[in-house]
Amino acid sequence: MTGPEIQNQPEAVWRSSFREFPWWLLAIIGFLVVMAILIVTSPKINDAFLFIIPGITLTLYITLAGFGIALVIGLLAGLGRISRNVVIRNIAITYIEFVRGVPTLVLILTLAFVIVPSVADGVGFDKRNVTLELRAILALAIIYGAFLAEVFRAGIESISKGQMEAARSVGMSYRQAMQYIILPQAVRNISPALGNDFIAMLKDSSLASVLAVRELTQRGRLYAGSTFRFPESYLVLTFTYLAMTLALSLLLRWYERRLGKDAR
Amino acid sequence: MQDKLNVNDMIVIDNLHKYFGHIQAVRGVSLRVRQGEVVVIVGPSGSGKSTVLRCVNHLETPTSGAVFIDGVHLEAKETKINAVRAEVGMVFQQFNLFPHLSVLENVTIAQRRVRKRKPEEAHEIAMQQLTRVGIPEKADAYPRQLSGGQQQRVAIARALAMNPKVMLFDEPTSALDPEMIKEVLDVMLDLAKGGMTMLVVTHEMGFGRAAADRIVFMDNGEIVETGSPDVMFKNPSHDRTKLFLSKILAH
Repeated sequence: MTGPEIQNQPEAVWRSSFREFPWWLLAIIGFLVVMAILIVTSPKINDAFLFIIPGITLTLYITLAGFGIALVIGLLAGLGRISRNVVIRNIAITYIEFVRGVPTLVLILTLAFVIVPSVADGVGFDKRNVTLELRAILALAIIYGAFLAEVFRAGIESISKGQMEAARSVGMSYRQAMQYIILPQAVRNISPALGNDFIAMLKDSSLASVLAVRELTQRGRLYAGSTFRFPESYLVLTFTYLAMTLALSLLLRWYERRLGKDAR
Repeated sequence: MQDKLNVNDMIVIDNLHKYFGHIQAVRGVSLRVRQGEVVVIVGPSGSGKSTVLRCVNHLETPTSGAVFIDGVHLEAKETKINAVRAEVGMVFQQFNLFPHLSVLENVTIAQRRVRKRKPEEAHEIAMQQLTRVGIPEKADAYPRQLSGGQQQRVAIARALAMNPKVMLFDEPTSALDPEMIKEVLDVMLDLAKGGMTMLVVTHEMGFGRAAADRIVFMDNGEIVETGSPDVMFKNPSHDRTKLFLSKILAH
């Protein structure tokens, strides 16, 4: 009875580890490795790579600055979203729903060429001094602020009502309770979601190319346009973004697993 | 109302009504708790006793009626509710410790942020209170590492560290495993003997008998009757009280 089972066990273990093995990761890394080899060995692809890669500074700058501002906007809008004040709450909802209802690309164009200039005019600031880079950052921050507002709201609402009551019962103000009790727990809960949105923003920073900001994508398009080496340009672009997002998403998975262990 | 206030009254509840939507949870409750007095509120679930307690520190806002804490009218416009709450300790059924803070930080944070005490002073007071509830050795632990009874004792220490004039207990032992109820009740008994003004909602009749100056029986949002533990347990005058107590004291 037990004989065949024992004999089968190694095979079962092998089969299950075969099933569990992250083949997808192997495939993606395989693509990245092949691309890396081509970049080194193929002169055309190497040329494209050397032209495009300096854009990574701007891409990272736009993403980090935009995400930083988006976090502030998102937190404020998320708090506004759950405010008991009718005016504040409706302003927050209007903003969130407005952004969610318009395509990102259209919003970037509108924000960069309509809203930012008219606000700059309105406050008596010379709109020519607002660079397209800055407009791209502001546009991405405003768009992601709306997404992050919903993330923050969900995070705050995931904390049990008893936490707010306990904080208020020892005399803390609403603000203090948020700052010291609710938000630290909420931010911890939503940190994986924030990480995902950061990765999404890194990808969407490519939309800044429509504002002629010379980040990665714009440099890729420029290179393709001037050399007619379209496959080389776009493969290098794909490689660069994928390498960054894969690294970030692996980091995020590792962090999530550590978070899960801590909670236990 | 003001002229009816007695200097010895720590809590005065005057004709309190509370609606949740169309449901009336509290119908005209009036109650006075003198300084140093221990009052235990009993009654079936849904009788409004927790709501009354939560109105005392305005976790619920009364629909009508008045609450005074040490002479301060809570519903008055000029009253700063946060300042009043700092004087009123509250212990919850679900403990509600702050899970991201250590035991020590749980007991110091409000001292620091609300009472504006110096870190050393807050630390010292926290350790005194943790010693009082019997778990100073858990100061550096996190709430999830503690048993329910230990968590509830930390919650009591957290409230006491603010040097409250009044302590409110909202079914403090109802979420505990039976073997942990005693350790929490012992802490409460000590507090009562120490002269703390306490308003307690509980099903622990043993605590009522041992510590209460008065037992208040509530049913259907009203106070049915009030009396000393002796009278209430042995010879209640209302049928509803008798029925409730016979059920709860049967075992």
